[in-house]
Amino acid sequence: MSVFNQSRSGIIQIAFGFVFLVIVGQLVNLQVFSAKYKLAAENNAIYRKIIYPDRGIIYDRNNKSILENTIMYDLVVTPIEAKGIDTLSLCELMAIDTVEYKRRIKDIAFKNGSVRPSVFEPLLAPDMYARLNENMYKFPGFVLSERSARSYPYSVAANVLGYIAEVDTSFLRKHKDEGYENGDYAGLTGLERAYEKVLMGRRGVKRFIRDNKSRIQGSFENGAYDTTAVAGKNLHLSLDADLQKLGEKLMNNKVGSIVAIDPRTGGILCMVSAPTYDPNLLTGGMRKKHYGELALDPRLPLINRTVSTKYSPGSTFKTIVGIIGLTEGVINANSRIECRGAYYGCGNGKPKCLEAGDFNFKEGIAHSCNTYFATVYKRILDQPKFGSADSGLRNFNQYASSFGLGHKLGVDVPSEKNGNLPVSSYYRKIFGYNWNSCNIISNSIGQGEVQTTIVQLANVMATIANRGYYYTPHLVDSIEGGDTYGMLDSFKIKHITRDVPDSVFTQVQDGMQAVMEFGTGAAAQVPGIVVCGKTGTVQNAAKVNGVMVKQKDHAFFGAFAPRNNPKIAIAMICENAGFGAESSAPIASLLIEKYLKDSIVEPERKDLAEALAKKNLIPPMMKMAMARMDSIKQAKLILLQQQKEKEEEDSSDEEISIDTTNNTDVSPKPIKRKPIKDSGKKAYTLNNAAILTDERNYYFKKKTIKA
Amino acid sequence: MDTVKKGNKQISPGIDWVIVWVYATLVAIGILCIFMVEYKPSINILQSFIAGKTNYSKQLMFSSLCVVMAMFILLADSKLFTAFANLMYTFGIFLMLATFVIGKSINGSKSWIPLGGGFNLQPAEICKIFTSLALAKFLARQETDFTKLRSQIIGGCIALAPAFLSVLQNETGLALVYFSFFIVMYREGLPPGLLIIGFSFGVLVIATLVVEPNILAVVLTIIAGATIYFTRKIRKRNRNLLTIIIVVWALCVGVQRFAVPYIFNNVFQCYQSTRIFSMVGKDYDCSQNKSAMRRVADKEKAAKKPDDYNVRQSKIAIGSGGLIGRGFLKGTQTRGKYVPEQHTDFIFTSIGEAFGLAGCVVFLGLYLFLLLRIINTAEKQRSTFSRVYAYCVACIMFFHIVVNVCMTIGLFPIIGITLPYISYGGSSLLSFTILLFILVRLDADRQMVLR
Repeated sequence: MSVFNQSRSGIIQIAFGFVFLVIVGQLVNLQVFSAKYKLAAENNAIYRKIIYPDRGIIYDRNNKSILENTIMYDLVVTPIEAKGIDTLSLCELMAIDTVEYKRRIKDIAFKNGSVRPSVFEPLLAPDMYARLNENMYKFPGFVLSERSARSYPYSVAANVLGYIAEVDTSFLRKHKDEGYENGDYAGLTGLERAYEKVLMGRRGVKRFIRDNKSRIQGSFENGAYDTTAVAGKNLHLSLDADLQKLGEKLMNNKVGSIVAIDPRTGGILCMVSAPTYDPNLLTGGMRKKHYGELALDPRLPLINRTVSTKYSPGSTFKTIVGIIGLTEGVINANSRIECRGAYYGCGNGKPKCLEAGDFNFKEGIAHSCNTYFATVYKRILDQPKFGSADSGLRNFNQYASSFGLGHKLGVDVPSEKNGNLPVSSYYRKIFGYNWNSCNIISNSIGQGEVQTTIVQLANVMATIANRGYYYTPHLVDSIEGGDTYGMLDSFKIKHITRDVPDSVFTQVQDGMQAVMEFGTGAAAQVPGIVVCGKTGTVQNAAKVNGVMVKQKDHAFFGAFAPRNNPKIAIAMICENAGFGAESSAPIASLLIEKYLKDSIVEPERKDLAEALAKKNLIPPMMKMAMARMDSIKQAKLILLQQQKEKEEEDSSDEEISIDTTNNTDVSPKPIKRKPIKDSGKKAYTLNNAAILTDERNYYFKKKTIKA
Repeated sequence: MDTVKKGNKQISPGIDWVIVWVYATLVAIGILCIFMVEYKPSINILQSFIAGKTNYSKQLMFSSLCVVMAMFILLADSKLFTAFANLMYTFGIFLMLATFVIGKSINGSKSWIPLGGGFNLQPAEICKIFTSLALAKFLARQETDFTKLRSQIIGGCIALAPAFLSVLQNETGLALVYFSFFIVMYREGLPPGLLIIGFSFGVLVIATLVVEPNILAVVLTIIAGATIYFTRKIRKRNRNLLTIIIVVWALCVGVQRFAVPYIFNNVFQCYQSTRIFSMVGKDYDCSQNKSAMRRVADKEKAAKKPDDYNVRQSKIAIGSGGLIGRGFLKGTQTRGKYVPEQHTDFIFTSIGEAFGLAGCVVFLGLYLFLLLRIINTAEKQRSTFSRVYAYCVACIMFFHIVVNVCMTIGLFPIIGITLPYISYGGSSLLSFTILLFILVRLDADRQMVLR
């Protein structure tokens, strides 16, 4: 029988061999001809971790760091390891309730899985970090993980320095090829944005092998493909932190801005946009809340008013008109023009004049005589050599443009505005082809269509100080380790004004000096320093309930000092502050003194500074808007509280006692109102981060009166 | 008796050392593979091998136990196996029955008997040996005439009884192993028709899954029609042939139209159907599945990972190995534990990833060499008992290897079948060691006639 079936042995062996061949065939298919599996394995198992370098530090002109990195802590939890811990005591430390705790853990486990560490509470406040750190041993599964965050040790120049924040999708689309990823931080405003390329440094990539639950198993190929992170470069600013601080203090409870420039270099010494905010509010864990409050504040503290707001420059523009008039020879220093209370050159008695009298050029500037400069302006445009107002205006604009007006200067903070030098085509549309200088006479006193930013105005002052040239105003003096991207090149170009003779500058400076000595700026004298300045008062109106209502005048002031060898040129505005001599001019004089003398010593000057700092010049419209917002908010809060009370009545919930004790730890409360909890979430308090103390009192008072 | 006495003196002459060495190599590769799967860079290798906490060190312990076991078998008398074959088979069946009473459920199959100390015994695993011996004993009986249908049925029953119990234990994979005894019986004279019919049936089932039902019905009808046409001359002599062809055709269409869908929807669990469908590259719609519907009715949650996750990860691991592999301990799929059950059922993936096609071919070559060596050994035997037993060993191992490897490369649905000598697990290693060393023992006495 066995002999009979012996052949079947062969068949079986062949069958075995055949099956093995089929297997090898499939192996060849999988391992040699299917590239997708290799790729799939890489995607599976290699985790690219981006190593973020430290961002660059920003120093002021005296090498004080005004924007640096600090370490903040995230509370990180691995849910599966955090079972059976004393949640109640953790909740007490964290000032949350157990319901919230459970909800967060559930969320985390759902979003990121329960075996991977996830952030439980980002960017802990320092006191909470201290409390937790002592007790961490009680909570296995929880760790405090370091994270680099930005910090502003001087708490100044919020709008200048800007902030970093998580990038959004539109940012990612815009910067597609720069290696940003979801969840990255980038500078969104101010210098953080303008110098993002330099400050961010170069990221490193570490490759890790991860397992099926995305836990890291070790480095991939011992780091053979890793790249190291290169720290961001430090920036050195021309900004003077102390000057900035004083400026912000003086602008407390005012709306407006200040720009001070070192005329010799174009370096910006201070750049105050008021109201401002503490930049540190936008770094920690409460960033979102603070941002929301700032964004809703009717005074718009997030706007950098020095570059992003255009104003009619008012009488400060007369310096330009005067320079052009002198250069064109339509007047000379001794030309006397009589003012009888208004300008009658165009027959309608506009613009009006504050003081009547007979002025030469110097006196005209000193007293800011409207008639004088209206006359000069008309003469410039109506010069017979031009034939028409069109080319007269073009000639005028060429001069003005060479002083940096009407176009972006190229300041190194983002969102700079153009300003406006109106051109003839614009007037043709309004007045027809035969428009004449009388149509636009209000430009002569800086009121009409002429618009400048404060930084442009400061630049004009610097140009006059320099007698005919300027460097583009800028904040960054140097970049540590070299300016590899050539970002500072444009700041080294000397812009020379259109052939204005030196004598003209002397005459204008004489006039500006006279302003400070016996003219409109006499209130702003700086003891012992020859200051040249020019005040400005600008009428304006705003829409209130759909009707244009005349508002209090904007107060302008532009100056430079000392007259010989000028070291600081300054321009500023206090919105709706009334006459410039009461607010803008003294503030500027204090800043000039501070910068040139390094400190304000004399007691009466100190008192002046304190008095100015306390002065509340917030425009009434904004006050109204804030009060309205507050009452809406209050109504909401009352509603919420009523709901809450109802809930409390319905259910005997014991969490409330925990809540109230916790709240005292979390945030400072306003004295007058009880915080109201939004069903276990973060405490709502009325304390508006951006609103300053006086202000709060103001509308609290108003409330009580109404009530 | 003399030979046995001599054997006692110098650990048996006539032992096929080649088989022993191949065996030793495979066990060593197995421990290495488990080490690859569990390796973490932070550990002290020597210590972890000795400490006995990791699976590879446990496997090392099992293998030393196997050495002891192998020694015992080699020192035993060959006649022992023939003498106790039936008794052991009965004992094995008894153990399998016992699982229904004292069994422990592991991974959803109640097929384990707890031995204490954390060790469990799977009788179906051990029973393969007993069944081999019993089948060999039965076929070697002088009164057995395997050309007779009665003997064939008895042989089939011996082979399939444990399989039947295994299915009842919900351990379908191991039950399938017992079908490999049909290859043995084929060698011993089972009519090839049976295997051909079985094979054709398999093709039909797969075709049902792959081809659209109506098209397949048309194809089957065309084949039937063609057969009728081409056999028209033979049919004149044999009138029954037409009936047979029509019956076969009706059966095929019946299987294709009704039986297969019925089985997939009503007999199999949803996951089983899905695995089989995914093997042929199709999606199975679980909403048709009765047990799934019942489960939905019970409002149980559906499994989150797709059911072909295992195969996909396993294919990725093997596929990423490429021609020469990623190198020892460098496989990312293995390091990241992406392949589930990698130290047991999917151990082949670690070889595939680390050593690539070259490693796989060498490894499979070693297996094939062992199988062919066993078949050659079988043909050298004088006694039917030894020959049948040798074939049993070869066929069981062949089935295990092929099914396991095919499972990892997506040619076979996933059933829990281990890779002999490589997969982690004391039960499996020990039973395969016993299986092989009984053969080595019998082969050493190949001149004897054992019944």
